[in-house]
Amino acid sequence: MRVMLAMSGGVDSSLAGALLLDEGHEVVGVTMRLWGGESDTGCCSVSDVDDARRVAQQLDIDHLVFNFGEDFDNHVVAPYVRAHVDGVTPNPCIECNRHVKFDRLAERADLLGFDAVATGHHARIGRDAAGRPTLQRGADRAKDQSYVVHMLDRDQLARTLFPVGHLDKSEVRQRAAAMGLRTAGKPDSQDVCFITSTGGRETFLGDRIPFRSATVLDTGGRHVGEVPAVEMVTIGQRRGIGLPGGGPKRYVVDVDVDRRTVVVGADDDLLDRALDVVAATWVDRPVEGRVLVQTSAHGTPAPADIGPGPDDSVVVRWHAPHRRVAPGQSVVFYDLADRCVLGGGLATRP
Amino acid sequence: MRPAAVEAMLPFLSECYANPSGSHRFARDARRAVDEARDIVAECLGVPAGWVVFTGCGTESDNAAITGVLDAAARTGRPGTAVCPAAEHHAVLHPVEHHGGRVVPVDRSGRVDLDALADTLRTTPDVRIVSVMAVNNEVGSVTELDPVCSLVRELAPDAVLHTDAVQAASWLDLRALTPSVDMLSLSAHKFGGPKGVGVLVVRDGTRVAPVIMGGGQERDRRSGTHNVAGIVATAAALAETDAERHDEVSRVRSLRDRLVDSLLAELDGVLETVPRAHKIAGSAHVCIADIESEALLYLLDRAEVCASAASACASGAMEPSHVLAAMGVERSWSAGALRMSLGATTTDADVDRAVEVVTDAVRQLRR
Repeated sequence: MRVMLAMSGGVDSSLAGALLLDEGHEVVGVTMRLWGGESDTGCCSVSDVDDARRVAQQLDIDHLVFNFGEDFDNHVVAPYVRAHVDGVTPNPCIECNRHVKFDRLAERADLLGFDAVATGHHARIGRDAAGRPTLQRGADRAKDQSYVVHMLDRDQLARTLFPVGHLDKSEVRQRAAAMGLRTAGKPDSQDVCFITSTGGRETFLGDRIPFRSATVLDTGGRHVGEVPAVEMVTIGQRRGIGLPGGGPKRYVVDVDVDRRTVVVGADDDLLDRALDVVAATWVDRPVEGRVLVQTSAHGTPAPADIGPGPDDSVVVRWHAPHRRVAPGQSVVFYDLADRCVLGGGLATRP
Repeated sequence: MRPAAVEAMLPFLSECYANPSGSHRFARDARRAVDEARDIVAECLGVPAGWVVFTGCGTESDNAAITGVLDAAARTGRPGTAVCPAAEHHAVLHPVEHHGGRVVPVDRSGRVDLDALADTLRTTPDVRIVSVMAVNNEVGSVTELDPVCSLVRELAPDAVLHTDAVQAASWLDLRALTPSVDMLSLSAHKFGGPKGVGVLVVRDGTRVAPVIMGGGQERDRRSGTHNVAGIVATAAALAETDAERHDEVSRVRSLRDRLVDSLLAELDGVLETVPRAHKIAGSAHVCIADIESEALLYLLDRAEVCASAASACASGAMEPSHVLAAMGVERSWSAGALRMSLGATTTDADVDRAVEVVTDAVRQLRR
């Protein structure tokens, strides 16, 4: 096959290139230039592009840089900023996968005559009994990234390869080191690529939107404090809400940006029986009934029943009360064996 | 590189390896080679040899002009401003912006808008340098420097006029440009010389502070040990370019015309970005509807046709062209920009191949 390999400059996509070549594929490496602003980490910095290019040279494959900055601004950065104004907690890496890697890049690959796009994600593409592609968790459970690629459907999976998904991360590093790949010991990227470690989310958002202060209330409606930026507050948050230390731990249980109020309560006040999910996508077709539901990148999946709700939403009914999920977070459905992704969507307010 | 340039430089990479600033016989040999190279370059430019400064590249020459003039003015208690058009190469635009200078609009062909330049010169106090490129590097448009010179002399008589002539050397008689300007930049690799050598012409009496300070080479205008082999090769390449220019321009012009005419005939939705009457012979620039340059360039590269779109950023990604934006080319057109350069080695067969490959690639991308 002719494979376009998305190379972030990290160890996973580096080894992915070597594995694809071993399998006899024709491989062209591509690094996407996404974020034009300040950056100190992630897939956009020039030093990461250098790493990707040097690995491509080592593998003796062509390496290209595609400028998808405009798509990234429109589909990832602008919605990220807007979400905070709306009191929603977005996951920009998932939106980048949805709109840039597996849409824009995949479309480009198709147009240029490639048969598949490969990435270094830790997820696996299997086959069901009828031979159709399935999306499965990566072999290394601790590094599993099926959550962040849950939006892929069968058609997309048929044109996608995850060459390192069957390996433990430690084995990825060992093999990369054995081959002398310069990225073998490079630390995993952790953070959002357009947020700098020095400025953080606050500086990034503060440069783009006016922060609004909010009143902090307890669950009884009593005034307990103020926060300078309601846009920076997320459900479940415990620190940084300006409450005096000591006393019982208090968490943000509700954020209302329109009324500029933040409600804090005890751990128990965060427990929900149900969750509404919008903008659902399905690997195959909509699923109903008993599933496992994961609400963060490395969270523990919990059993629930899912079924259709109003306006194409999906209602998740937890089998046991579940910690509240901030609106905007991705909610991913797995089969009961906790192996295959069935679909997913975005948490919304009940 | 031109074979004559390669041949000229080789002895200075082996047996004649001395530093021309030394005081022994080998140094004198090297010094003589640099002096003779300077004479040749000066002759091709129609200026005295003393005006020719060798630098490390065209970008350095541009920076040395802008920063050097502003710095010299500031040191004599006359701080001031730089002015340039919006379609300049980044080697001019970025230093002008860095020093808080004024950027003037350009016309639809990428040439400075003379009325806007006049307004800027009238309304900006203390203009110390005006930099206007002779030939645009992306779209190939030629700016007549005489009217620019007249405006500057009339409205900003204290200002230095610099031109980035990096793209002009192969196509325009440089002797016709130098009388209009005080400073002029060249880059050797644009006329078949080596990468890593630039030329800066500095008219006598122009006050310029050095940007690179040190041992005082180049009459204190540019310190650093001479790149003797590169300088000698630069002179050889420029001399050959100058001698062949007249014939080459008409030969390459007909190749370029056939290339562009064939693309216009084969494909719908192709815009010739700048009228040919405003362009140098070696530049073919078109905007192709409904495709993206990056995708097109990949297909061309795969078929071993090497072209470009705009300039690349530090990561190697193509940036949307600031030149096309300044010219007012709509984003829908500029997204499909294709820049093809022709030169001394371009043949009829190359043009046939380019037409075939570009046509096939555009059809594939539009399917």
